[in-house]
Amino acid sequence: QKVLVEVLDHLEHLALVDFRDSEGVERLQKAIHFADQLHEVNTNGVEPMDSVLEDRWCLYLREDDVTEGNCTKDLLENAREKVEEYFVAPPGNIPLLKLEERDTFLQGS
Amino acid sequence: AALKHGLRSQVSAALKEGRVTPTELCQRCLALIKSTKFLNAYITVAEETALKQAEESEERYKRGQPLGILDGIPIAVKDNFNTAGIETTCASNMLKGYISPYNATVVQKLLDQGAVLLGKTNLDEFAMGSGSTDGVFGPVRNPWSYSNQYKEKSVPKSHSEDEESNWVITGGSSGGSAAAVSSFTCFAALGSDTGGSTRNPAAHCGVVGLKPTYGLISRHGLIPLVNSMDVPGILTRCVDDAAVLLGSLAGHDPKDSTTIQDDFKPFELPNLTDVSKLSIGIPKEYNAPGLSSEILALWSKAADLFRNAGAKVVEVSLPHTRYSIVCYHVLCTAEVASNMARFDGLEYGHRSDEKESTESMYAATRREGFNDVVRGRILSGNYFLLKQNYEKYFVKAQKVRRLIANDFMNVFRSGVDILLTPTTLNDAAPYTEFIQEDNRTRSAQDDILTQAANMAGLPAINVPTALSERGLPVGLQFIGRSFQEKQLLTVAKWFEKQVQFPMIELEEVKRHDNGVFQHQKSASFS
Repeated sequence: QKVLVEVLDHLEHLALVDFRDSEGVERLQKAIHFADQLHEVNTNGVEPMDSVLEDRWCLYLREDDVTEGNCTKDLLENAREKVEEYFVAPPGNIPLLKLEERDTFLQGS
Repeated sequence: AALKHGLRSQVSAALKEGRVTPTELCQRCLALIKSTKFLNAYITVAEETALKQAEESEERYKRGQPLGILDGIPIAVKDNFNTAGIETTCASNMLKGYISPYNATVVQKLLDQGAVLLGKTNLDEFAMGSGSTDGVFGPVRNPWSYSNQYKEKSVPKSHSEDEESNWVITGGSSGGSAAAVSSFTCFAALGSDTGGSTRNPAAHCGVVGLKPTYGLISRHGLIPLVNSMDVPGILTRCVDDAAVLLGSLAGHDPKDSTTIQDDFKPFELPNLTDVSKLSIGIPKEYNAPGLSSEILALWSKAADLFRNAGAKVVEVSLPHTRYSIVCYHVLCTAEVASNMARFDGLEYGHRSDEKESTESMYAATRREGFNDVVRGRILSGNYFLLKQNYEKYFVKAQKVRRLIANDFMNVFRSGVDILLTPTTLNDAAPYTEFIQEDNRTRSAQDDILTQAANMAGLPAINVPTALSERGLPVGLQFIGRSFQEKQLLTVAKWFEKQVQFPMIELEEVKRHDNGVFQHQKSASFS
């Protein structure tokens, strides 16, 4: 059962990573096929496990005191584009082009 | 001379008594790193800072005030740990040139105890892989490729460039760290272990590789792959050294909320002489398809070793073993999809020149910054996390995870103390052979024996056992109960003493040795 083009497009939008070529799509197909083996296991009545420490550790809250900070300079150091104390991004709210509009290999299929 | 000995017994004593100085030690290691450059084990060598640290250590020794057993000891750190002022790349274009403003907790702890940080070691990109072949700085070569032991067993070829094409992989993803320790360029190295990434290269490079219990050592500053499974790993040349490192790294970290709060007491390993009270479990499912007959025989011999020494050795079953790699595949890709979302070019790392929109900039940055392996896992992970797939794959995998963890619980509850299994299916493959299959296939094959321990959060250790017919290291794995590292390491140390794994015979190292060194007696196991 092949993955639909709409799903591939959706994944590329969610992940903001592209499949690049048919090999990438094949890779996904194989990954899904591999994962399908999970359905051979009977998990009736089994609770999902989030963490191996579920019995052991309780997350605690610490006192709401400011104990560190004032590291703006350090944090901005690694950003390529910045203005004063801001990280600079290109304009937002412009959706990524849909697959049909983009120049990808999938146009052929 | 001091290069080849364990921390506890020899080097620390030598430093204390002034027979060797920290700067001498540091210089020797740096020189050896240079002459073993062809191994490609290091991405960054921090020569200046290392020498400075060594000098400071020397001052402390002169005053008779060393910080501890690690003072002046050269170590290496896998390049997925943040190191302040030293580039941290994760072997990816995404982080090339990234200089972290802080030290990972484990790095800070080592520095606080006077360890000398020689450099950052090579890995598979973002620690995804089992060969240390998929990083942007190229593959790491297994030092054993150049050992007399391997060369003697190699089929003589007509061309002289066979050494160039014959070299074998280190395993991964902490291959650089394993190679660094194996080739004597450092005394210990940090790796990481999510599916076996410390134990696998340890086995292929003939060194000790310890995966501690999840929650024992802080992950703060370790660039995350799978938050629920990652642990910092320890690579050393002997089990005692691993215990020393563990002692200096373990313990609660307020900056990592997944570290347990119990007090950790560093320990020295007793010299076990009586194993009659020990119960060793041999999980039958670890006789996995593809396990070489050589390793199967070695495993069996090891079991006999324990039995003959009076231990109780029983066959046990971990019924869901064959599903753990599938489960891992789903959980790993899902968590990776989430963890890799932080790389968008805005705050750090690579940034594309694309300016049309935020989203197009993010997409281009990630296309340019990540290799196929990383991108493939992100896409798979996102697939499994889609609303229509969430229950079917992600939650299902979490349920299977509980079954796998329960398998271990049941076995330990039945009275077994330690499990004994192979670490890898084969000895190290030649690089040309290894790259014929893709990363995902290889990882699925190679992680099979190691990653269930990550699934259950249990401590596990690779102990180099013997040389294969090709003259390459083979290791065996011990898996212990949660937070019972002392017992695990005690048994591992006993086993290490029994097998007397031979020392690697490397020309480069001999050249640096100035002849004072005495060859250790090594009766090999097989």
